[in-house]
Amino acid sequence: MSDPADIPAKALFVATPAVRRRLRSQRVAVVCLSLASLAIFLPLAAVLIGLVKKALPALTWEFIVDVPRKGMTAGGIWPALVGTLYFVTLSLLAAAPIGILAGIYLNEFARDNWLTRVINLAVVNLSGVPSIVHALFGVAAFVIMLRWGQSIRAASATLAVMVLPVIIVATKEALSAVPRSFREACWNVGATRWQTIRTVVLPNSIGGILTGVILAVSRAAGETAPIMVTGAIFYKVVARGDLFPYSINEQGMALSYHLYQISRNVPNMPESMLYATALVLVVFVLAFNSVATVLRVRLRRRKKW
Amino acid sequence: MTEAADNSTFGIQCDDLSLWYGSFQALYNVSTQIKPGIISGLIGPSGCGKTTLLRCCNRMNERLGNVRTQGRVLVGGKNIYDADVSLIELRKSVGMVFQRPNPLPLSISANILFGLQLHDGRRLSRSQQAEIVESALTEVMLWDDVKDRLKMKATGLQLEQQQKLCIARLLPLKPAVLLMDEPCSALDAEGTEAIEELLTNLRGRYTILIVTHNMGQASRISDECLFMLNGLLVEHGPTSQVFLKPRDKRTEEYVEGRYG
Ligand SMILES: Nc1ncnc2c1ncn2[C@@H]1O[C@H](COP(=O)(O)OP(=O)(O)O)[C@@H](O)[C@H]1O
Ligand SMILES: [Mg+2]
Repeated sequence: MSDPADIPAKALFVATPAVRRRLRSQRVAVVCLSLASLAIFLPLAAVLIGLVKKALPALTWEFIVDVPRKGMTAGGIWPALVGTLYFVTLSLLAAAPIGILAGIYLNEFARDNWLTRVINLAVVNLSGVPSIVHALFGVAAFVIMLRWGQSIRAASATLAVMVLPVIIVATKEALSAVPRSFREACWNVGATRWQTIRTVVLPNSIGGILTGVILAVSRAAGETAPIMVTGAIFYKVVARGDLFPYSINEQGMALSYHLYQISRNVPNMPESMLYATALVLVVFVLAFNSVATVLRVRLRRRKKW
Repeated sequence: MTEAADNSTFGIQCDDLSLWYGSFQALYNVSTQIKPGIISGLIGPSGCGKTTLLRCCNRMNERLGNVRTQGRVLVGGKNIYDADVSLIELRKSVGMVFQRPNPLPLSISANILFGLQLHDGRRLSRSQQAEIVESALTEVMLWDDVKDRLKMKATGLQLEQQQKLCIARLLPLKPAVLLMDEPCSALDAEGTEAIEELLTNLRGRYTILIVTHNMGQASRISDECLFMLNGLLVEHGPTSQVFLKPRDKRTEEYVEGRYG
């Protein structure tokens, strides 16, 4: 054994070969991880840049607010844009309250019994159901059984069913992220469960819940299949810039469906209009997603626990 | 104090109290009387059931599933496990302070007024509110520290101040009993001292049952002491007797073991 004083001070705290090996493997890991993240980002960037480039010739204010002309090959996309707003708004009006209330019930009140477990399982599975299956369900339930026919309300109801699990799951997660100690603090001054939820749990989870709702919006806006057979229509005569052109009992145009149609079934479609339509749809969805992100970050920064 | 007097004021009486978490029995036939108006310390090794016993006294255990309770717990002479007992009214008079301070993410004064506002639908006037906040904060010796920033978020206070606030939050409801579960375990020595001082300040006005793993603390602040082991209440007597002349061999070992 050597006396500590014998060790030259220079050798102190210098990485040994074993330490260097560990550092090397960490560097490799970091490179792999960052490449993987880049692999997520690059396609998105490429898609966006490609879209913008090809869409540029057609992208004008007129394109947004004008109606399609000359068998879709000229004019704009206004009826489809407004139609998408219709579908999204109506489906949210139905899905958000039900989803949020169900999420609250499942997370706060439901006892852990077989029924609750079945419901939770159903929620999870519902979110995995392909959208074309939702479409068929929508036809059977809303179009045929409720006799709504192919209409905006039938399509919106179908979309609502589709995004319901998104909202329920997000609500449950947001609620269960509220620390148990907050609830105990409330119960201990004699709050009922409902008072606890209203005064403490909801105010502290509203960010997460809203995030879920907004993600539901972007999902509803992007889907084609569920509305294709329940209420979307190829063309409808609408006044230029009209904000309320549809009644919910009739069919309406939608961006996603419009895009599908003009890319497959319209001859002589100018390419730039095709891409401009796609770009508008993507921006619509991305805008909502960014709002969700900003909201989440804001609210997270505001609360401290 | 006579038995009759115990029951007419708000002491706590446990009769043959047993509790199971699923099939695991955490309390075995606990019977004892916690006298009103004094500080009773609850000591014992970790996992012996101190928290469980404490949470029986305001029925907090029921929030967990699969808990079964047998026996009676009388607060002020009334069995709180009776069918006609409202948990809301019960928790008003039996308040609890937790191991980790858990102020609500609201302002300091909102924390204090929170309980009252849940119960009285009617609105308190501003001056009433201010009065209540001041008297509660004064009682826990926090007023001077925070009187200039009552609108500040309570979660931004120091831990010790947070814990004081958590005690103060119970007071506007005029509780009879304060249950405290290791209220100092998250605090440093200074914070602990401050809380102990505050407890001494509250002595006599409330029935206080405090769990502590700190033997020094138990001997400093408690009038009576309960020693638990493996779900059994082994000994309950005046603190000096429990520490100096324990009747039970196990108490002696524990008390001495800790002192070395
Ligand atoms: N929710 C629970 N479910 C199952 N067992 C529990 C639960 N809470 C406590 N226990 C068990 O009950 C016993 C007593 O716990 P506790 O009262 O927390 O002890 P202490 O507070 O004295 O450390 C421990 O063995 C613990 O593992
Ligand atoms: Mg404990």
